[in-house]
Amino acid sequence: MVIKVVKNFFKRIFSNMFRDKRDIKLGFYGPPNAGKTSLANRICKDFTGEEIGTVSKIPHETRKVQFKEKVEIDYKGKKLLFKMIDTPGIATKIDYEDFLKFKVNKKDAKKRAKEATQGVIESIRWLDDMDIVVIVLDATENPYNQVNITIIGNLAARNIPVLVVGNKVDKRKADIKKIEAAFPEYDVIGISAKYGKNLEEFYESIFKLSKKI
Amino acid sequence: MVKKRGKKIGHIKGFSIQFMPYSEIARLESSERIKKILEIIFGGDILILQGRLKADEETRLIEDTMAMVGHVKNFKGIELAVISGNGHSGFFGNMKMGFANILTGGDLGAVTIIGPATIVKEIKRNPKKIELMLNK
Repeated sequence: MVIKVVKNFFKRIFSNMFRDKRDIKLGFYGPPNAGKTSLANRICKDFTGEEIGTVSKIPHETRKVQFKEKVEIDYKGKKLLFKMIDTPGIATKIDYEDFLKFKVNKKDAKKRAKEATQGVIESIRWLDDMDIVVIVLDATENPYNQVNITIIGNLAARNIPVLVVGNKVDKRKADIKKIEAAFPEYDVIGISAKYGKNLEEFYESIFKLSKKI
Repeated sequence: MVKKRGKKIGHIKGFSIQFMPYSEIARLESSERIKKILEIIFGGDILILQGRLKADEETRLIEDTMAMVGHVKNFKGIELAVISGNGHSGFFGNMKMGFANILTGGDLGAVTIIGPATIVKEIKRNPKKIELMLNK
């Protein structure tokens, strides 16, 4: 009886230890419309055959935190198991009238705005639960945005490893050097989630960061 | 008189700029500090705060702002920017001044600009300058 109890105790301890180590919580954060879901979809599709969420040109398409568990990423023969966590874009202002420009009717625009505000709150509350965070920025936009700085500041205060990704490098206006200048303390990688450009470098950085957990 | 992209666009009515020394919120708890800031913003004023909030207070400010959108009349959110006093903007400039400043808040060499989104359209920034773009 005593042996069985001791055996179960160690079994539980070890299974928790290994589960936590393997199932790395990988969060995708950033401003709206930067391509967080596009990138998460690309990874999930490549390694599980399924996407994590829908993508749209309308800002705040992702208004709830969405997950994909047991995503095993295989990079150069090494394998790591991730829980992918795609979060709603963080903003400091949300105006339903902005959605009307995308031919959304007034009622739906108001509903969307309300859900988007709740999405921002949910994103922030999830910050504590991440093992690694990928900050996805639109490389065609100015990176000196207080929201980006605030999120990264919070992650640094929590000692959570961060990778900064400049998405949309396929566009002519994209400027990765500007992002590198804005975040000199971090690895910055330029990718195109839409066309799958430079994902090898992205995986290499994620594997490197996973050693810091 | 306000200039927008080099053109005079006339007087803008209905807002004022408030300067707040950090000492006014230094002894308050985080929630009270944020409440005080938001009350100024709800009043339609642009706040220039000496110093900066702690990292977790900045996110709390965003959370509380989002919670109030749709609950306070004509409130659509805020525009926010932090300029550090050593010539570097935001977090990284402060990192060079030491983590203690960030964790304890204050950082009296910094300036925080917060305005209601209905009045401040955008705070454009790059390492060398900061521009406040106002709504017409």
